[in-house]
Formats: sequence, C-alpha cells, structure tokens
Amino acid sequence: MSAVTAVFWIFAALAVLSAVLCVSRRSPVASALWLVVAMFSLAVLFVLLDAQFIAVLQVLVYAGAVMVLFLFVIMLLNLGRGAAQDRKGVIGLTVGVVLAALLFVQLRFLRQAAPPALIRLPDGMMAQLQQQQGMVGAVATPLYQAYLVPFEITSVLLLAAVVGAVVLAKRKL
Amino acid sequence: MLLGDALGVAAVLFVIGVAGVLVRRNAIIIFMCVELMLNAVNLTFIAFAQTLGVAGQIFVFFVMAVAAAEAAVGLAIVLAVYRHQDTVDLRRINLLKG
Amino acid sequence: MHWVWLVPLLPLAGFVLNGALALVRPGAKRAVSVIGVGVLVAAFAAAVAVVADLAATRPAGPVVFTYWDWIPVGSLHVTAALQVDPLSAVMILVVTGVGSLIHLFSVGYMGADEGYARYFAYLNLFVFFMLVLVLGASFPVMFVGWEGVGLCSYLLIGFWFDVTANANAGKKAFIMNRIGDFGFLAAMFLLFQHVGALDFVTVFAKASTAFTPGDAAVTAITLFLFLGCTGKSAQIPLYTWLPDAMAGPTPVSALIHAATMVTAGVYLVARANLLFALAPVSSAVVAGVGALTALFAATIALKQWDIKKVLAYSTVSQLGYMFVGVGTGAYAAGVFHLATHAFFKALLFLGSGSVIHAMHHAYHRTHSPEDAQDMRNMGGLKQYLPWTWVLMWIATLAIAGIPPFAGFFSKDEILGAAFARGASQPVWYVFWFLGLAAALLTAFYMTRMMLYTFHGPNRTGERERAHLHEAPAVMTGPLAVLGLLSLAGGVLNLPPLLGGGAWLEHWLEPVTRAAAVHLPAAETAPGTEWTLIVLAVVIAGLGIVGAIRLLDPAALVPARQAPPETGLGKVLANKWYVDELYDRLVVRPLAWCSRVVLWKGIDQGLIDGAGVNGSAAVTRALGWVGSRLENGEVGFYVVCFVVGVALVLRAVLR
Repeated sequence: MSAVTAVFWIFAALAVLSAVLCVSRRSPVASALWLVVAMFSLAVLFVLLDAQFIAVLQVLVYAGAVMVLFLFVIMLLNLGRGAAQDRKGVIGLTVGVVLAALLFVQLRFLRQAAPPALIRLPDGMMAQLQQQQGMVGAVATPLYQAYLVPFEITSVLLLAAVVGAVVLAKRKL
Repeated sequence: MLLGDALGVAAVLFVIGVAGVLVRRNAIIIFMCVELMLNAVNLTFIAFAQTLGVAGQIFVFFVMAVAAAEAAVGLAIVLAVYRHQDTVDLRRINLLKG
Repeated sequence: MHWVWLVPLLPLAGFVLNGALALVRPGAKRAVSVIGVGVLVAAFAAAVAVVADLAATRPAGPVVFTYWDWIPVGSLHVTAALQVDPLSAVMILVVTGVGSLIHLFSVGYMGADEGYARYFAYLNLFVFFMLVLVLGASFPVMFVGWEGVGLCSYLLIGFWFDVTANANAGKKAFIMNRIGDFGFLAAMFLLFQHVGALDFVTVFAKASTAFTPGDAAVTAITLFLFLGCTGKSAQIPLYTWLPDAMAGPTPVSALIHAATMVTAGVYLVARANLLFALAPVSSAVVAGVGALTALFAATIALKQWDIKKVLAYSTVSQLGYMFVGVGTGAYAAGVFHLATHAFFKALLFLGSGSVIHAMHHAYHRTHSPEDAQDMRNMGGLKQYLPWTWVLMWIATLAIAGIPPFAGFFSKDEILGAAFARGASQPVWYVFWFLGLAAALLTAFYMTRMMLYTFHGPNRTGERERAHLHEAPAVMTGPLAVLGLLSLAGGVLNLPPLLGGGAWLEHWLEPVTRAAAVHLPAAETAPGTEWTLIVLAVVIAGLGIVGAIRLLDPAALVPARQAPPETGLGKVLANKWYVDELYDRLVVRPLAWCSRVVLWKGIDQGLIDGAGVNGSAAVTRALGWVGSRLENGEVGFYVVCFVVGVALVLRAVLR
C-alpha cells in the first residue's frame, strides 16, 4: 500500500463517517459542522486526484461560504437544539433506508464500469497538464476559452440568485 | 488508478445523502443532505477528469457555482416559509395539498 | 291478368280512406259503408276478371308479376311480386267473394257502433294483407301478408278494447301467432340455406334436386312451416287463441276466424305441397295433428254454451280436417274443404251474428244485463228469426256432411283420401277413424246448437220476447247468398264416382302435379268408396238423430240459474283445462323469469348495478386513490421521486 492509497482510504473513511453523522444528528448545527468536516475530507481526496485548484475552491467556496450561510440561517431561525420529532417514524425510516440501499445496489454497477479505451487519455495526463500550464492555468485556460459562454451565463445566474434571495428574504416587499 | 475506489466512495456518499433526504423532516437538514449529494457528484467528476480530460474539473467549477446560488435562494425560501408557518417541519408545509 | 295488382290495392285504398275518415270524421257512416263495401266488391270483380283470364289462357306454370326489387342483399334476391296461378285464383275468389258478403253484413251489424269507420278501415286492411298473402310470389311476400293478417286480427279482436278481456284476447292471439311465425321464419332461413332462393317458382323448380325425399333438411323445413300453420290455423298446440278471439265483433269472427285468416295455414301447405310431398314424415305429422285436433276440438264443442264458442271450436275442428286433407296429399280436397267451409262457416257465424244482434237489441231495450250469446238464454227463436233459422239449418247440414250440401263432398273426399293412403301406410287408418269420430261429434254438437237456439221453449224472458225480430235485409241478404253457396257448393268438385268432373282437382292440377310424383298411389276400388260414403252419411245422420233424441231443450234453464257442470261435462266445458296447463307450464315460468331473472337480475342488478353504477363506483374509487397521491407533503413527493429514479436506473442499466 502506497502512501497515496493509505491517505486516500483514511480520508475516504472520514468523509463517509462524517456524512453519516451529518445525516443522523438531531441538532442542525451539529449536522452542519459534520458536513463541513465531510467537505474538508473531500478536498483532500480532490488533491489526491490531481484537482488541487478545485480542492482549494471546495474549501473556500463550499465549506467557507455556503456552509457559513447555512449556519447563519440556522442561527437566524433559532433552530439550535432541534425538535424531537425531526426524524420520521419507523415506517418512514424503513422506507428511506430500503430505497437508499436499492439505489446503492444499482449504482454499484456504474462503479464497475470503465470508460471505453477510445476516449481514455493516458495516465498521468493531468499531472503533465498542470506542469505545462500551472495548477490554476490547467483549469483556467479551457474555462476562458472553450467554456467561456457557460462561464458568462453562470455569472448571470449568480446575479439572478442574489436578486432572488434578497427579494425572497425581505420582510415586506 | 484511484478511479474505481473514488467512484465507490462517491456512490456511498450519494446514497447517504438520499437516505438523509428521505428520512429527515427538517427542511434545512434536508438541504444539507442535498449539498452532500452534490459533493458526491463533484467527486465523481473529479475522478473521471483523470482519464477523460480537464472538462471534468471545469464541470465541478460550474456545479459549485450553481450550488452556491441554489443554496442562497433555497434558504431564502425557507426563511420566507418560516415567517409564514413558524416552522420548518416538512409535515406542516403542505399548502400544495389537493 | 296484369291488372292483378288492383285486387289487393283496392282494399288498401279502402283502408287509407276509411282510416282517414276514422280520424277526421268518424260520423260519416254512409261514406264509410260505401267505401268499405265498394272496394271489396270492386276487388271481387277484379278477381273474377283475373281468374277468367287465367281460365282462358291456361298457362303451364304460374304467371309472376314483379313490381320492384325489395331485398337485394348478397345472393338473396327478393322482389315484390304477385303470382297468378290456379291456387291463388281460388283463394282470391274466396277471400274477396266471402269478404264482400261479410262487409255488407257488417253495415247492418255494426251500424250502431261508434267505431264504425275504424272497423271498416281495419277490415279493409285485413283483406289487403290476406290478398298479399295468397297472391305473394315468394315466401317473404307471403310472410308480409301473414304478419299483416295477424296484426289486423289483433286490432279487430280487441276492437272494443276498453274491456280488458277483449284486449287480452287480442294480445293472446297475436302472441301465439308469433310463436308460429318463428317457425315460418326458421323455415325460410333453412330454405334459403339449402335452395338459395325464396320465390316459389325457383324453390319448387329446385326442390326435387336440392332435397332427397325424406331427408332431414326438407323434413325440418316443412315441420317449421307447419309450426307456423298451427299458430295461424289454430291447431294443437297453438289453438287456444281462437276461442278467445270470439271477443271480437261477430263479422270479424266470420271473416277472419272462419273463412280467411285461419285458412292461411292450409293455403301454405297447399302452396308448398312439393316440399311436404318430399317429406313424408312431416305430411304424416300434418295429417295426424289435424285429425287429433279435429276430434279434440269437437269434444270441447259438445259442452260449450256460448254460441260463438261452439262455432269457434267447430272451426278449429274443421281446420283439422283441412290439414288431414293436405297432409294426405289430397291438396285439392283440402282446398275444396277450405272453400266450402268458408261458405257454411261464414253463414253460421253471420247467422249467429243475426241471433246475437236480435238478443242484444232485446236485452238493450229492457236494460237487462243477461248474456246475449249464451244459448241457455235463447230457445224457440225460429218463430222470431225465420230466415236465419232456415239458412243456419242449411249450414248445419252442410257442416255435418249430409248430401247434397257442400260439406258432404269436401269432407268425404278428405276421409276417402285418408282411407286410401292407409293401404300403404297403416297409420292413416287411425287418422281416418279420428276424422270419422269427429264427424259424428260435429253432427251432434251442431244439431245441439240449433236445438237449443231455435227450437223448444223460449228462455229469453217475457219482456224481451217482444223485441226479438229478424235482421234487416242488409244482413239477411248475404246470409241468403252464403246459404245458396253452402247448398250448391259441392258442384265445384263432384267426384267421378258420383258422375262429376272433379273440376277443382283438374283446375289445381298445375299446382299439385309436381308433388304427385312423390306421393304413393292411392286408388280405392269403387266398392270401397261407396261403402265409405254410405258410412260417412250414416254417421252424420246418427249424430243428428242422436242429438234430437238425447237432448231436451225444454230441460234447459236460463244461464243465470243454470247449475254448474260436473264430471266429464265439467272437463269439456273447461276445455280440457289446456289454458290452465299452458298458464302453469309456460306463462308463469316466463313471467317469473322475466321479472326475477331478466328484470331484477340482469337489468337492475347487472346492467344498472354493475354496469352503470359499478363503473361509476370504480371510477370514483380510482379517483379517490389518485387523490391520495396529492397530499401536499413534500416528503412523500421526494419518496416518489427517488422511487422513480430507481426505476429509471433499473430500466436503463438493463
């Protein structure tokens, strides 16, 4: 077992564990914090998968901004402790778990599939790209060249989201 | 490579997120489980980016942006509903009934 | 001859005109009389012209006049066509001739009735349908007439429909006829299946090749046809409507239920003689049923007190004789008896009408509620209605079979043919014997009727007696004509044995020739023939004398005080309880089935309940189920969502 594999499995386990805990905590604050731990672990996994820039973005944007927003709202609504009947009854639990397991069984098939040889790129291609254009450049160059239009549209989307959120959250229109 | 294992982890995370959505009643926690599912998808994209090109990472970029926007708007909606019903319990929010 | 279409069309025009008058101006009785009787007389004149032409030209086969294409469907080609041949010639003469006399009689009999115009309209319509029946060139056209006379019979029996019993009698007649009509239809279907055509010319041309003598197909066809005959001509088992039909006006009973409609069955067998000759079993059935009915009805007539009922059962019995005739293969003899029976039975009915008219008049004047038709209220009427008395005795002698009256010749010919056939098929001896026994009874009950009605002391009552009088000339005139025909009608077919030329038999030869090939030769030695004749006359005389000796009109009491019947008399008076039997066996189970199974079970339960209400309930249930899906709970929606995703994945990953 190489160092990479070991680190991978440690942080993968951490991610799964914190995900389970996130889903099962009664207190929303606790859930949010465990989700942050899960995101951090995922960032480590991203690094191992040659997506360092994305890993940083994950920490900065997701864990840093989105989760903070969640915590703000939780605090605002004073949901700290968590209600008693937050989880569904036995029937709901069984249904949920069964369905999730069913979904997992079907997803396993996807896991075993490998992309066809025709479109597969050679190993280590990502690392090579990063060496050529730098870590940020590897993502930025296609972003501003091939994917420029989606980029611009995303910015418009963000603008719309901001406007929408402000309007929706107003007490009086 | 780590592709298969990463996909497996992503699948597990996704399913946990689904279970969370199905089991919980608090709207905000359900939201957080949705974020968990999005993260699992991101992991899948990153894993495939190694063999199928940098487009995978670009996609994650966009997913993050959209997730952020969605979180903002969604939480604003939850706030508005809370002001109305004074609860975020999903059982109480059934104005679509009938 | 090509004016033959006038013959049925004139009565139809009479119906239209009289019907219009009935609706618009029911009081215009003179116009109705002129139209009603006029069209019949004109039709008779036209019929005479047609027959004269036929007699002059004597074509080898029937002359068919086609007017239009009626049913051109696939391989079935039925045209609206009339056929002129010796048989239809005889029939149209009888129908229009006797019909005219009866129409004339009705002018007097129904003169005081409110529904006068309606009566004549229906009567004209009846004659139209009857003429279509006998002139039709194919089974379907004949069937139109067949059904039509059934309809008119219903309309006329229930003429005074405000009395429920009359309406019921009309219904009974129609419904029993329908059972027979089913037989006719089934026969037509089978005939078309085997021969491929339904017009007489084609059918009888192909019959010899399409059927082997005695095979199942032609036997089935003829038996079904005979079922129709038992309905229309009131034979066992479908005869019970005829006595009930006496509820109609007496001229109707004379025309429809004595002279014409009920003879349609005999005409049918005579027309389809080739088919019956090809099916010996069916012919035996026809003759057997006829003989049995003749005797059976005669026994019932022995104990009837209503004068019309006696005549009704007498008609059933005489129709039996006709069927013995046509069943034996003596088609000419059967048709001969049809004609002579039309004469003397119409006379008997009209005579009884004259009697009833007088009795009614008397009871009406004294406001008495007594039954004008019950013989126990009559007696000694010969001094009040002399003409009627004489003429009815002529008819009685004719029906009893006393020479030289008409009935003797026709009846004797039938019995002779039956006896002759017995040589090759012994069962015919039985039929002959039944016929002979029936002849004895016929003579007896007819004499009884005459004795109780016209002879002995009068039982009508002191005050009524003053009002009894003979019928007006418009009524006695037709009686006289019929009396003459009953007296002299025998000349139509005098047998060679007695020096005659057997005119009717020769006249009908073109029609019966084809069948004669398939019938067993039936010749009897002259000595046997003479013996039979003498035997028949002796039997008839015995009946008459026996009635005179055994019955005492003086011992009768008026109907109201009459003692109830006992023993065998009771059984006969109650018609052997056949009506009650039918009620038990057929009517009540049918009514029960209709009410419980068809109405409550199927109509209310199945169609209404399961079908209409049930489908509505199912729809509502499905709607309720559907509505459960939209409960507004987001959690539930998410579950459905995930289930959908799982199913889609499952489908895609296959």
